[in-house]
Amino acid sequence: MADKGTEVHEELDYHKYKKKEEMKRQVITFALMIVFTIIAFGMVVSGLDKLFIIPIILVLAAVQVGFQLYYFMHMSHKGHEMPALMLYGGVFIAFLTVLTMLVLIWW
Amino acid sequence: MSNSIAQNRSFGAAMWDYLTTVDHKKIGIMYLVAGGFFFLLGGLEAMAIRWQLIKPENDFVSAGFYNELITMHGTTMIFLAAMPLIFALMNAVVPLQIGARDVAFPFLNSLGFWLFLFGGILLNCSWFLGGAPDAGWTAYAPLSTISPGEGVDFYVLGLQISGAGTLIGGINFLVTIVNMRAPGMTYMRMPLFTWTAFITSTLILFAFPALTVGLFLMMFDRLFGSGFFDASMGGNSVIWEHLFWIFGHPEVYILILPAFGVFSDVFSTFSKKRLFGYTAMVFATVLIGFLGFMVWAHHMFTVGLGPAANSIFAVATMAIAVPTGIKIFNWLFTLWGGNIKINSAMLWALGFIPSFTLGGMTGVMLAAASADYQYHDSYFVVAHFHYVIVGGVVFGIFSGLHYWWPKMFGRILDETLGKITFWTFFVGFHLTFFIQHFLGLMGMPRRYWVYLEDQGLDFGNLISTIGAFFMAIGAIVFLYNVVITSIKGEKAGADPWDGRTLEWSIPSPPPHYNFTQTPLVRGLDPLWIEKSEGRKGMTPAEPLSDIHMPNGSILPFVMSLGLFIAGFGFIYQKYDLAWLSLVFIGMGILLGSMLIRSLKDDLGYHIHKEDLEKEARK
Amino acid sequence: MSEHDVLNPKVMPHDPERATLEGKNKFLGFWFFLGGETVLFASLFGTYLALRNSTNGGMASNELFGLELVFIMTMFLLTSSLTSVYAMYHMKNNDFKKMQLWLGITVALGFAFLACELYEFYHYIHEYEFTFRSSAFGSAFYTLVGFHGGHVVFGLMWILALMFRNAKRGLNLYNAPKFYVASLYWHFIDVVWVFIFTVVYLMGVL
Repeated sequence: MADKGTEVHEELDYHKYKKKEEMKRQVITFALMIVFTIIAFGMVVSGLDKLFIIPIILVLAAVQVGFQLYYFMHMSHKGHEMPALMLYGGVFIAFLTVLTMLVLIWW
Repeated sequence: MSNSIAQNRSFGAAMWDYLTTVDHKKIGIMYLVAGGFFFLLGGLEAMAIRWQLIKPENDFVSAGFYNELITMHGTTMIFLAAMPLIFALMNAVVPLQIGARDVAFPFLNSLGFWLFLFGGILLNCSWFLGGAPDAGWTAYAPLSTISPGEGVDFYVLGLQISGAGTLIGGINFLVTIVNMRAPGMTYMRMPLFTWTAFITSTLILFAFPALTVGLFLMMFDRLFGSGFFDASMGGNSVIWEHLFWIFGHPEVYILILPAFGVFSDVFSTFSKKRLFGYTAMVFATVLIGFLGFMVWAHHMFTVGLGPAANSIFAVATMAIAVPTGIKIFNWLFTLWGGNIKINSAMLWALGFIPSFTLGGMTGVMLAAASADYQYHDSYFVVAHFHYVIVGGVVFGIFSGLHYWWPKMFGRILDETLGKITFWTFFVGFHLTFFIQHFLGLMGMPRRYWVYLEDQGLDFGNLISTIGAFFMAIGAIVFLYNVVITSIKGEKAGADPWDGRTLEWSIPSPPPHYNFTQTPLVRGLDPLWIEKSEGRKGMTPAEPLSDIHMPNGSILPFVMSLGLFIAGFGFIYQKYDLAWLSLVFIGMGILLGSMLIRSLKDDLGYHIHKEDLEKEARK
Repeated sequence: MSEHDVLNPKVMPHDPERATLEGKNKFLGFWFFLGGETVLFASLFGTYLALRNSTNGGMASNELFGLELVFIMTMFLLTSSLTSVYAMYHMKNNDFKKMQLWLGITVALGFAFLACELYEFYHYIHEYEFTFRSSAFGSAFYTLVGFHGGHVVFGLMWILALMFRNAKRGLNLYNAPKFYVASLYWHFIDVVWVFIFTVVYLMGVL
């Protein structure tokens, strides 16, 4: 029993350490997201060409969302295979829907 | 709790039991009763339509009422009859097939049912409150946005509420199938019906939100003065068509896939063979589900999307014939060399193959965009989709009901009556709809309330109406069969069909905890494996122990009632803002119930080992 | 072992939100729901993109939108996403008090965001007479942003209800999944906002 107690304790410490490490990464992610946001807003304010800005801010948004999903929502962890499958399923339909509304509404 | 089963209970107590139940088997029965009721209602509307069309320039109903009939017939049959009947089978069978004691979210399961029912009732209230919706089941804008009265408002609110129920049901089944499978029940050992329920639930998850948004936009346009589909405000009515069909086409596969699952199980059971090409069948199911999302614009070929878009959607549509063909051939090969037993369930399955193949063939014809300009909005289309929906889905439901009736109710449906039902309905179905292909090709447009004499349409329409009466007789015989069976039907044992899958390893009807001990699954057709190795039943995967069960709750009923009340408020506030009080009352009931649900711990209860042993000894 | 002991173990497991079958079900079911929500918002985004130039002679997006407030709102929501990550970090370390504290900060930031959004709508309606009924563009704008705002309101009510309900009894395996799922919802709200500020506001002023 005592043996098991220390084992549990060590395991706890290990997990605590790992969580702390992860939390550090989360903060870095957050800083990057803030930077991306500022870049996006800055580019729009700068008055560069539209065709240049739009793809870049869309990519920045996509990367930010990736950070949210994989770091903040822990999709990079084990046990997220089905969530990822269904989320990407949704993203696929979402892509088709938005594309349709952009090009197929017959003006 | 567990000893309450034995007690005799009053009608009130039984009623309360059903209102509060979270047991998937009882919810399945409620879906069956409610879906059956709406099926009869939709059938009655169909009969009125056919009676109106029995002769040229008939005046059985007015033009306006005819519009209401066709709208409500389509809406009722798709959303309030076919969907819930599919859900009835899924609830009754899927947890049993995977060796689960319950679904993942028993409370939500009940909520899904009550939302569907109250949505359906709200929609049908329109008959008594100034007229039903009359813009077609597709409710194309701007016809629907300018339709006077409240009919289309009832359509929007009713479908919104029942659609929410369907979405909840879909998520419930997804999680049930992913998380609640018995030990050894890997994905590739799941019966085909469970597989199709799984894919169907995925389609529900991705398709229904598009309908939700479409209905919201329509509601805002009609009731709150927005301009999504109003060209005079810069709106665009094609947006509705896209949203509707992004939902609407997957909806067709949502309906047909579980029917495919039923046929797969029925063919394999009554041929005494393992399903031919199981892996290919699973793959084809997934592929149909996937392709089902990329073909919606074939409903819109004549909108003018341009040749490029039309070609893409035409090719994608034709591609669906491939996985469907795989399935048809696999069913035929399952029959090939099998020890075939033909009973009612099998008759429906056998009748399905030629009927559905015809529907699939006209589907490929319609997929040819250029030809579709001729077929569009003619009776050819009406014939096509009745061949796939009736010849596929309705046949599947009948087959499934005959097959699983013993498991659901403990009694076997009468075979003679079952065969009479099949033959009258089958003959009536082909009489009604086969001729409609030609009526369509001769130029008879759909949704018209009269046609002129001597244009070659008279005789065909007469035949079609006669066929409809045969179908009605078939349905009535089936009802009679249900009544007779419940009074003096043959009692069914646990395994009346010499079945292959887990649901036949437990008593009929099953105890409310389904499995006394969770079974250990050792392969595809797990019960068959055990039987062929000389064992009587499944080997348990766990020792006999306490079983954890969820508590019943009246909250799902109350929440749905709240939305039902709010629905009326939303509709009538367009005349007088005082009606908004109903919105506040209804939403208050809903949110209050949600708060109670979230504040009150619901830990469920345990059935004790000793009680289980007592029951086993009985 | 009684239900109470099962749900209140001496040592919290590594992933308290997924330690029970109910927890696993909630976790998975909610993720699936988010998959559906993705399609729901895509339909709204699509509608907005289709109608963004249908101003019916009224105000257009580049005359209407200002970026200062949107930037502040973005910062509020983005930060609230990080604070809810902190809350879940403390949940996993079984530190209930700190979790409540960080959830409290999340809620406060959420309310700040909401206040800005209400001010923005009020401003458009009263300064520019730009309403839900002005044009198809107006309808689409208020519907898309309003649906997101509605999600924020619901998320705030949800997290607050959880905080109050469990304030006295602390964390256990029954409520851990609820907190976790609520935090997932909150992150998803931020995910949607990232696209709203990019597609609606940034592309709107260009």
